[in-house]
Amino acid sequence: MIQLENVTKTYPKASRPSLDDVSVGIEKGEFVFFIGPSGSGKSTIIKLLLHEVSPTRGRVMVNARDVTSMRSWKIPHFRRSIGCVFQDFRLLPNRTAYENVAFALEVIGKTKAVARRVVPEVLELVGLGGKEHRYPHELSGGEQQRVAVARAFVNRPLILLADEPTGNLDPDTSIEIMRLLDRINRTGTTVVMVTHDSNIVNQMRRRVIEIESGRIVRDQARGVYG
Amino acid sequence: MRLKYVFNEVLVGLWRNVTMTVAMIITLSVSLTMLGASVLMYMQVDRMKNFYYGEIEVSIFLREDVTDAQSTAISQAIDRSPLVASKSFESREQAFEKFKVLWRDSPDFIKSVGPESLPASYRVKLKNPEQYKTFAAEVQGLPGIQDIVDQRQLLDKVFNIFNSIQVMALVVAAFMALAALLLVGNTIQVAAYSKRREVAVMKLVGASNWFIQAPFVLEAVVAGVVGAILGFIALFVSKIVLLDGRLQALTNVLTPIPNGNVWLMLPLLAVVGAGVSAITAWITLRFYIKV
Repeated sequence: MIQLENVTKTYPKASRPSLDDVSVGIEKGEFVFFIGPSGSGKSTIIKLLLHEVSPTRGRVMVNARDVTSMRSWKIPHFRRSIGCVFQDFRLLPNRTAYENVAFALEVIGKTKAVARRVVPEVLELVGLGGKEHRYPHELSGGEQQRVAVARAFVNRPLILLADEPTGNLDPDTSIEIMRLLDRINRTGTTVVMVTHDSNIVNQMRRRVIEIESGRIVRDQARGVYG
Repeated sequence: MRLKYVFNEVLVGLWRNVTMTVAMIITLSVSLTMLGASVLMYMQVDRMKNFYYGEIEVSIFLREDVTDAQSTAISQAIDRSPLVASKSFESREQAFEKFKVLWRDSPDFIKSVGPESLPASYRVKLKNPEQYKTFAAEVQGLPGIQDIVDQRQLLDKVFNIFNSIQVMALVVAAFMALAALLLVGNTIQVAAYSKRREVAVMKLVGASNWFIQAPFVLEAVVAGVVGAILGFIALFVSKIVLLDGRLQALTNVLTPIPNGNVWLMLPLLAVVGAGVSAITAWITLRFYIKV
């Protein structure tokens, strides 16, 4: 599903590469944690998978497609097969929970009728039934992140990328979000999560890939934060 | 649905930043007015050239003390020239008759002038008006000639004035266009900034580039079209007020501007205004909305 082949990424003006000759493969349906200290290069992986940045060297394969050589006009369509959740939620403050999720559908050309059918369903799935018409500022952090997860998942993507999704949440809320991601993973969606939340990693007991100074130092099938 | 979304975004975008929108539209319309005026002038000079060049003559004015023999010699020289299409003689009396018609509004002036004050002349039409110099050289040396006047040279002076006005209008149009396009670029930047969250989400969920950019580009296009319409109105009003009104005396000499030509400016200005602002907006977006 996801293949990084000898990927090196050096940002302009950076003295050392953020990722240094990294090779890793992730199968369909896996749940993978990328852990490591700040600045270790784990967020760069998310950016590479979304084709927000291109690798300096090496190849990035997603969904059996070479992202590295993808023409720029194909990128939007490619991104529709990937859902994304961030630490800061990235919701539109002037739209309700329903509208935030529907927006993601409408801007890729789905009709309002499709949105009316699919959005309540996915909001129900993330546990926000009855709160469709609340604005982000009327929701708690955990609820906002649920909206973000609903938006990421509403297209039924093959891959869900999560960049420190629990970074702004208290431990209990974090665990609820993790349960949600776990449920999404059980539908067959590959989940890649970047985090430095040791609690969560230890509880989930999933594959853990540890990165330090741009290199993979550990890759464990049922790992802990360590 | 998507079209409705896009148009709604355009209106909201233009209204959010209404002072900038007004500034953009005003500069665009001034620039387009200048452009339209200069195009109209170009078309007009062309029409006038066609109209007058068919009519123009070379006048060979004879000296007051010209003898019949000299006059005949000149006449024969003209007839011999292969450059000449036709020739006519205008006696002093005929010249005076013409003069009286020309100045019929000032009888005092006519009274002070008699037929004896005006020279007799040969009026020569050349096959090709451009060959004036060669023709002039052929007859120049003959005795009894006071002066040879090429009407084409007089006309060219007038046309040169028109050309300079036209160039000035184009220069003003170019500078205003520069200002207008900088304003368009700035408006688009502000719009892109105020919608940065939406744009980020759209990119994230894989909205196509045209869908992200269309509302911004259309904002510029709407401004361009509105500017063009205002510019057209300015042109039309100034045609009616100036050329058909105050300067009517001048228009009689200058051949009137047909309304059809003025109407032609509407689509022309609209296409130029919309096209140029769209391209500016699109180029601006390349810098502010990266994939």
